[in-house]
Amino acid sequence: MAHDAGGLPNTFPKLLIRNADLYGARIAMRHKNLGIWQSWTWCETLELVRAYAAGLHRLGLKRGETMAIVGANRPKLYWSVMAAQMMGVIPVPVYADAVAEELCFVLAHAEVRFAAVEDQEQVDKILSVQARLPMLEQVIYDESRGLRDYDHTRLHAMESVIEEGRKALAEDPAVRVWLEDTIEAVKGSDPSIILYTSGTTGASKGVVLSHERSIAAAADTVTFDRLTEKDVALAYLPLAWVGDHYLNYVQGMVAGFCMACPESNETAMADLREIGPTFYFAPPRTLEALLTRVMIRMEDAAFLKRKLFHYFLGVARRYGEAILNKKPVPLYGRLMYWLGDLLVYGPLKNVLGFSRVRVAYTAGEAIGPDLFAFYRSIGLNFKQLYGQTEAFLYVTAQPDGEIHSDTVGPACPNVDIRIAEDGEVLFRSPGMFTGYFRADDKTAEVMTPDGFVKTGDAGFFDEKTGHLKIIDRAKDVGRLTDGILFAPKYIENKLKFFPNIREVVAFGDGRDFAGVMINIDLTAVGSWAERNNLAYGSYQELAGHPLVYDMVEKNVAEANRSLAQDAQMAGAQIKRFLILHKELDADDGELTRTQKVRRGFIAERYTPLIDALYDGSHEADISTEVTFEDGRKGVISARVKIRDMAPVPTAAALEKAA
Amino acid sequence: MRATGGPDIAVGDALLSVENVSLSFGGVKAVCDVSFDIRKGEIRAIIGPNGAGKTSMLNIINGFYHPRHGRITFKGVTRSRIKPYQAAQGGIARTFQNVALFRGMTALDNIMAGRTLKMHSNFFWQLLRYGPALNEEVAHRKRVEEIIDFLKIQDIRRTPVGRLPYGLQKRVELGRALAMEPELLLLDEPMAGMNLEEKEDMSRFILDVNDHFGTTIALIEHDMGVVMDISDRVVVLDHGIKIADGTPEEVKSDQAVIEAYLGVAH
Repeated sequence: MAHDAGGLPNTFPKLLIRNADLYGARIAMRHKNLGIWQSWTWCETLELVRAYAAGLHRLGLKRGETMAIVGANRPKLYWSVMAAQMMGVIPVPVYADAVAEELCFVLAHAEVRFAAVEDQEQVDKILSVQARLPMLEQVIYDESRGLRDYDHTRLHAMESVIEEGRKALAEDPAVRVWLEDTIEAVKGSDPSIILYTSGTTGASKGVVLSHERSIAAAADTVTFDRLTEKDVALAYLPLAWVGDHYLNYVQGMVAGFCMACPESNETAMADLREIGPTFYFAPPRTLEALLTRVMIRMEDAAFLKRKLFHYFLGVARRYGEAILNKKPVPLYGRLMYWLGDLLVYGPLKNVLGFSRVRVAYTAGEAIGPDLFAFYRSIGLNFKQLYGQTEAFLYVTAQPDGEIHSDTVGPACPNVDIRIAEDGEVLFRSPGMFTGYFRADDKTAEVMTPDGFVKTGDAGFFDEKTGHLKIIDRAKDVGRLTDGILFAPKYIENKLKFFPNIREVVAFGDGRDFAGVMINIDLTAVGSWAERNNLAYGSYQELAGHPLVYDMVEKNVAEANRSLAQDAQMAGAQIKRFLILHKELDADDGELTRTQKVRRGFIAERYTPLIDALYDGSHEADISTEVTFEDGRKGVISARVKIRDMAPVPTAAALEKAA
Repeated sequence: MRATGGPDIAVGDALLSVENVSLSFGGVKAVCDVSFDIRKGEIRAIIGPNGAGKTSMLNIINGFYHPRHGRITFKGVTRSRIKPYQAAQGGIARTFQNVALFRGMTALDNIMAGRTLKMHSNFFWQLLRYGPALNEEVAHRKRVEEIIDFLKIQDIRRTPVGRLPYGLQKRVELGRALAMEPELLLLDEPMAGMNLEEKEDMSRFILDVNDHFGTTIALIEHDMGVVMDISDRVVVLDHGIKIADGTPEEVKSDQAVIEAYLGVAH
């Protein structure tokens, strides 16, 4: 699998040395401290990391061992990663907000003897579980506040470890020789890091990545997005997450660009604005929160500004994406867009800290088409990617100019993707993991005999664009009785992007057609009702109102039209829908505490409604027990109406008809 | 709550001692013949039921009230009447029961205000913000930034304090008191009106201030859990009279305290 990474060194320490040679005086890292941005060049970074490695060596850390790294995005913790890699030690980052139990699990599983941590909070967490960590010997901390009275026999300030190392390097030639030999001895195939997956499904697993594979993967994407040493990224997402390690740390090392660390978690937004990154990543919910904030602030703006804002957003909606995708746009459109950029988009991007963003990604969950279009229309090159820790992030990514809100793009360079019989996406990539740490059985479970990795996600290649579409978790995907693929989450997401609709449960596995139960969004529909003089006394009454049904019907028809675009999904269009008489609620066990629908439980609880969905009747009676906030129980009964939908002809059928 | 290991807090000579102090407003005896001392480096709590004379005691210590009888010795100097600003110059800083910040100013400016006494360049240079005045401001700003970092309020540096939630305002107020680099810090109910998490944060900051800057702290607090956890010694007042004085354990088991304060139904 290892392929030539464009003449790059194949280990991180050698890469660091290369960067010091090539970009010596350029800034490698920034960190805002005491209100002022501090910076370190690649040369300084190399010197620091060498000293740090020597210091750790003096403390007894040996090649092949592991070292835990716990804390927020701070230069000293990134240096800890570099220093560990330099001496052939495998860094094991742990989420800063992990509770003591999780921390204990990872530290014990990775057999950690050394831990580099941020501050007293992390030290306290480790001390609270140290009885169960007999392996753990030394803890190194960055920030000394509150630690003065602690027993320092096994506790060291990072500063002094680096200082001791610096002295040793200067005075003792043997240490210098040791360091040079060690840097030489670290092989490309050695593990470079172990990233523990969050463990939403069972215990977390340690994904082992190697030096050469990590570098090879990043070399491809750096070329793909034309990242250079002149770029800047803000490292504000958890250090232990594959995204931060890949996008900022490894790409930064490969391209030689500057990674900036925010002053604190809470200041990340303000720091973003000060730094003005050129490369940016944000999950969809962050983008949504940002947009909401902008819209709320605009509502409070003066009349003229508000008018101007909405007018030019309209211009952006019409021409923005086309301009970004370098498609032909009439001169008038270009002129208006230019004016809009001057008056609205430019200042807006400046406020958000996006003025210099050249490449931006979003990933992690489905993104609403309107949300995605908003950011792209004001000229931000947001793209989607699909990835996994096991792949060392990238499996697919959208190239510039080929952007769709519902695909995740074609396979990345040198990545092979195959769709299994049951629709599961399999991949083989340059950066793929070498295995789960100390869990060969689990590694075997996800690997195919010919070296592909099972993602656990179901998807298919879109015929029009050739891009991959991820539709659902593979285990949730079913089939209709006529064998057509049925992916509940894909259908639910299509509907959930409408502001009127809050929650959707789709049924169809083993049935003749797809049917959905819908929860309206009381805030959105309620305010719509108010504006249209529609009187209602309760959620139940509003949900059953014929006009509300008419409105939701339009949304469902829209979703069907969108489904009809995909040859693979067209057969699973929604034929019947109903609007539930009550909101799905975690107190009633219908949602998980993280607000995810519990499909099985709902199917059982609302059996009469589901039966009615499929037996052709237009009304059904239901009475369900509900739990009130104070714990009392009551019964809600209702007569729920069911509507039929006319299927939208598929693209293929339309062609035939023409 | 106290960090394990290492010697317990340095308990040295008396930094401040109050001897036979009495204070009355007309016929109301607020404080009556009270004596106690505050040793260098300790956290000293003053507790008591409502109207026990706790805040009056703090006001006497920082010169806002003048006792009718008795002596106050601070850093070996027995003083008669002093003004609050003289107490501040002498190294006594305080926070207030009701937050007393400049509401329209940012957190940063409020804390900078705590450095006023330490600024030496004259008004006109400061107005010009040039030369020595600028250098001086930069030096002071550095200290203030350290305090901001210490209290973890970087994100609200530029926010007008009037817009901040109560818990954060309290923290800014503590920051302003710290900016004076006091030897003795008087905290008047630093945790009043806070939720559990804010209380824990504030306790941590008080311990850290004591540990990191070696500041002697005298605090008034109603939350018994907090008082017993963080203070080295406790003095108990009731109706202006001292009824107990000692370590939290001693005070907790003192019959007079239990009757006056902890155990009696209101």
